[in-house]
Amino acid sequence: MARRRSFDVTRLPGFTAIAILAFVLLYAPIVTLVIYSFNGSSSVNLWGGFSLQWYRIAFENEAVQSAAVRSFVIAASASMIATTVATLAALGTTRRGKFPGQTIIYVMINQPLMVPEIVTAVALLIFFASIKIATGYTGLGYLILAHSAFCVPFAYLPIRARLEGMDSAMETAAADLYASPVQTFRHITLPLLMPGVLAGAMLAFVISLDDVIITEFVKSAGQDTLPTYMLGQLRRALTPEVNAISTVLLAVTIVILTAFFLMTRKRD
Amino acid sequence: MTDTPAVEARNTVKTYGVGASAVNALDDVSITIAKGEFFTLLGPSGCGKTTLLRCIAGFETPTSGAILLSGRDITATPPNARPVNTVFQSYALFPHLTVAANIAFGLQMLGKSRAEVAQTVERVLALVRLESFADRLPQQLSGGQQQRVALARALAPAPQVLLLDEPLSALDLKLRKEMQSELKRLQTETGITFVFVTHDQEEALTMSNRIGVMSAGRLLQVGTPREIYDRPRNRFVADFIGETNFLVGTVVPGGVRLATGDTLAVPLNGHSGEVTLTVRPEQIRIAADGTGGTIPARVTQTTYFGTDTHYHLQLGDGSALVARLQSRAGGDDAHAQGDAVGVQIDAGTLQVLGE
Repeated sequence: MARRRSFDVTRLPGFTAIAILAFVLLYAPIVTLVIYSFNGSSSVNLWGGFSLQWYRIAFENEAVQSAAVRSFVIAASASMIATTVATLAALGTTRRGKFPGQTIIYVMINQPLMVPEIVTAVALLIFFASIKIATGYTGLGYLILAHSAFCVPFAYLPIRARLEGMDSAMETAAADLYASPVQTFRHITLPLLMPGVLAGAMLAFVISLDDVIITEFVKSAGQDTLPTYMLGQLRRALTPEVNAISTVLLAVTIVILTAFFLMTRKRD
Repeated sequence: MTDTPAVEARNTVKTYGVGASAVNALDDVSITIAKGEFFTLLGPSGCGKTTLLRCIAGFETPTSGAILLSGRDITATPPNARPVNTVFQSYALFPHLTVAANIAFGLQMLGKSRAEVAQTVERVLALVRLESFADRLPQQLSGGQQQRVALARALAPAPQVLLLDEPLSALDLKLRKEMQSELKRLQTETGITFVFVTHDQEEALTMSNRIGVMSAGRLLQVGTPREIYDRPRNRFVADFIGETNFLVGTVVPGGVRLATGDTLAVPLNGHSGEVTLTVRPEQIRIAADGTGGTIPARVTQTTYFGTDTHYHLQLGDGSALVARLQSRAGGDDAHAQGDAVGVQIDAGTLQVLGE
């Protein structure tokens, strides 16, 4: 039998109105953006009939193509590096006894979440500039490294959560059954941790794909990613091409985040 | 040297915490467990029995003292290099591996050949009667089945010693009884030394060759179930195992005199002064009031338990006893509340307790 709750927010005055307002604010701009990506005219706010022309233009635009490829290369590499680092960090902070400075280490790992991104961006700009001068190397490596660094905490959090929720008796049992620490990690810890690792990698991927500030500061000439390319378009006449690119990015992100939620959802 | 003990703990101490808050989970425990024995560590929760088991398994390192396995000092050996296996209280089955893969795990880590692994898994599955469950995942099994997989997994590598940490505590009563005889059968069939941890005294009495009773980190008494039950050495052991009566008396020439003035001809074993005696309820007999050699008492309460009836008795000095007598078929209780009776205690069934 359904019991009546003593406190039910839905019965507070204005609950429905506030909820609707919040959702409208969240989604109306995005819905508008998606609708105008199918605009027949070249305006981002005047409807000129349904058309897929801006998608075609975006896909045929070589600048967009190379920016998209660059974005995916950076996001894939950065999420792989960040996830590896985050897995090691999560193991290092959960699979051992308490140690002095534990909280400081924890804060340091999550530093990118707290330091203003613009500060990190400027710091990386200066730091990488001197390396560029010293080595002469101006490739994608800088962007990949920068993205890896700020993606670590996003990968770390789900992995650490999974590790903390995992019964350490599993690892004790493996050791009891003659598994060395390395074998225990390979055969027991890692397979059980896999959903967390995948979730972390996907989150890192999406975060990297989306980054503007750090990318804008760190990139060398001709190293636009999709977001910085779109930012560049603002300086010229804005066309629904930007809407089309945004809609594709949105679709990719939704697919990845849905997979993330399915993967982290509690089973059993 | 033919009878080197399977397991030996020498003056094992395990201290948690430091300084004033330090707690001795194990307080100078020495124990010798023979090969092929079913040895039970019995005690209330927090008595150190699981800590001792974990020291033998290698999950804990003793603060001082030594652990020997077949005469070899393994105190510093990591758990994966000790030829012992554990059945965990929570089973700790690997959820991502099938029943067969769980059982195969230890053998694979030992580097056994594929054929040998397959053969052993099949044999062990048959041993615990789970042949048809080989390809299931642990969460698809009932609690009792998971328990048997945990057993099979620990038995598969044929360890020198099998450690069992309250393995039956999560099972319901009926299943627990079944698993008790199952465990006993497995131990007899495999001949492996079992070290079994439990807080259930009945489990300990029915299954073990010998029992070690622990309390507050100390090993109080080691003996066969019969010795532990009939000849408890101190009050804790007498009280923890089964039901019992305590009587206080003073040592006099020829026995112990109770406060009632009656003297019981108990073997004294060097005790003197004020002593506590213990006698099991089923060893007390009730005779008619005034019968020679009996202690006068009054029945204060009777409780019917089916096969037997408990008679609560009060002696002349106010001390209380419980006598357990077999119930009489179809009749009334032999003695009713308020009856004056004579209590008969055979001196041989009395035990003088030490500290």
